[in-house]
Amino acid sequence: MTQPSRSSLLMAPALAWLTALMVVPCALVLALAFFRRGTYGGVEYTFTLENFGLVFDPLYAGIFLNSARIAGTATLIAVIIGYAAAYAIAAAPRRLQPVLLFFAVLPFWSNYLIRTYAWIVLLNREGLITQLLRWFGYTGEPPSMLYTEGAVIAGLVYNYLPFVILACYAPLSRLNPELAEASRDLGASAVTTFRRVVLPLTVPGIAAGAVFVFVLSIGNFVTPALLGGGRFQMIGNLVYDQFLTANDWPFGAALAMALIAIMLLVLMAQALLADRAAGRAAEARGGADG
Amino acid sequence: MSEPRTLLQIDHVSKNFGRVTAVDGISLDIRENEFFALLGPSGCGKTTLLRMLAGFETPNDGRILLDGRDIARTPPNKRPVNLMFQSYALFPHMSVRANVSYGLEMERLPAAEIRARVDAILATTELVPFADRKPEQLSGGQKQRVALARALVKRPRLLLLDEPLGALDKKLRGAMQLELKRLQHEVGITFVIVTHDQEESLVMADRMAVLKDGRLLQCDTPHAVYEYPADRFVADFIGVMNFVPGKATADGVLAANGARITGKVPTMLSPGAAAVASVRPERIRLFPSVETANRIAGTVEALAYQGLDLQLHVRTALSPKPFLVRVTADAADRRPVSAGDTIELGWDAADVRIFKD
Repeated sequence: MTQPSRSSLLMAPALAWLTALMVVPCALVLALAFFRRGTYGGVEYTFTLENFGLVFDPLYAGIFLNSARIAGTATLIAVIIGYAAAYAIAAAPRRLQPVLLFFAVLPFWSNYLIRTYAWIVLLNREGLITQLLRWFGYTGEPPSMLYTEGAVIAGLVYNYLPFVILACYAPLSRLNPELAEASRDLGASAVTTFRRVVLPLTVPGIAAGAVFVFVLSIGNFVTPALLGGGRFQMIGNLVYDQFLTANDWPFGAALAMALIAIMLLVLMAQALLADRAAGRAAEARGGADG
Repeated sequence: MSEPRTLLQIDHVSKNFGRVTAVDGISLDIRENEFFALLGPSGCGKTTLLRMLAGFETPNDGRILLDGRDIARTPPNKRPVNLMFQSYALFPHMSVRANVSYGLEMERLPAAEIRARVDAILATTELVPFADRKPEQLSGGQKQRVALARALVKRPRLLLLDEPLGALDKKLRGAMQLELKRLQHEVGITFVIVTHDQEESLVMADRMAVLKDGRLLQCDTPHAVYEYPADRFVADFIGVMNFVPGKATADGVLAANGARITGKVPTMLSPGAAAVASVRPERIRLFPSVETANRIAGTVEALAYQGLDLQLHVRTALSPKPFLVRVTADAADRRPVSAGDTIELGWDAADVRIFKD
């Protein structure tokens, strides 16, 4: 019985950490969602389900849908750009690949806020892009780019792109190159080879990267606040608002729980997909070298 | 019998990667319905040559004519040539049936025809019970058969096999050598196999090419390559050979110790040139008669009993390495020898091959 007790000993610090700082606060927030809002803010401790009812109010459900749409768009763009980048890195000479990966994740080494502020400098009416346009001889109205949905999406894509690159690079670099050659040899064009061999075998990486971007994007509130101009376009901002401005903690808690439920569903779907793909991914690495 | 038709003509083909020359001006003809082996040590260019036949590499120079048409620059999906990869490269996300159908789907054949042809090839390769399995559920030998079926179902003009038996264990390899030959005969397709295993090419090939450093050293039947090697390297690479270094004379080689080996001297060797005389272990007799052209005394250093025959290591004054002698178990029984014995070895002048050293 030494093995199980040793492993539980090793796991204890992490478990304690998660329990104290993750499970307990979440349970508290969950409990909060079942109470009534006090007349002058605060919480009135009587049981109610109306906070959850309010979540489905067209106004708020619309914000959920809007958030999902923005997060979905950001995910789609990040996956397309990230997969292409990962493909290029995996196809580069072996000794160059670590360097290219380093550059791909380089933005992570700076602060999220600073990175997002950099986009304000870029997209500002008198920002770098406008100046560049002027320099090329453009004289019209400066384009309004900042404080738009596009700016929010651009910020999300930029911030989470490295996750997609890393997640897609892993299966792409492990893919036995002879599989693509075999497909060509059997008469498939390059496009067909990609569609029927390379893509299906690297879907787990795409799914992992996509889930990362989607989950982090749908709950994000910094980027919509800074690049979206503070209008709450996304649930993250709505939750933030309920807790810190509207002082409606129970409704904020119900919104937060709904958001967590969405994220969990997405993560579970991805885990299911990854599990199914695990076996075939192992095989894709190929047998003999030569 | 009519002269066999040439299917593939490799015409002065060269390929270099940067400053490295992988294939250096090779010319070869491969005949219709032939089992042809490309043999050589690793790095000899055989795999590069095979990849050029498949279309994965483009020669820097020369032509590759298939049925008289130059295919050197035709992409791999547009040539009637299929390759069986060394790693098999089965698609892991597809069943055996889907793997085998893939190539026919690419030809956009009617579904009924695809089904019939896949069924037929699965039967030929004894894969019917495994049709719905994924590659990960197959043994090494089964995977190899799927790879073969996937290539054969396309009915290529030419089937290329890259070290097809390399991933199998020794026992299975022996069975598959004969199996491949049977299949080749059955489907009537020209096979070109790449191997570093000289025994494999001797067993399977109708004709073989020996390559070294990107150059073609010899191209002939296994029998001719074994009995009449083109040079010292081929003699050493194929089978086992005893070498006696020395200088060429008019009728043989003068060994360093003053002994003469009698044999036919190639015309290119002028008397006095550095030369090496060689003889196969199975051509050497113990206790030769006095008329035997070449005789030498030696001491038995070691014996290895191998069932069918007996291998002796005999130390002589002719060469720094001991002579390797193979006698049949029969002969050994009639006049037993043991380690430490001094015995006489002998071989005929006709069994001597002399090369430039």
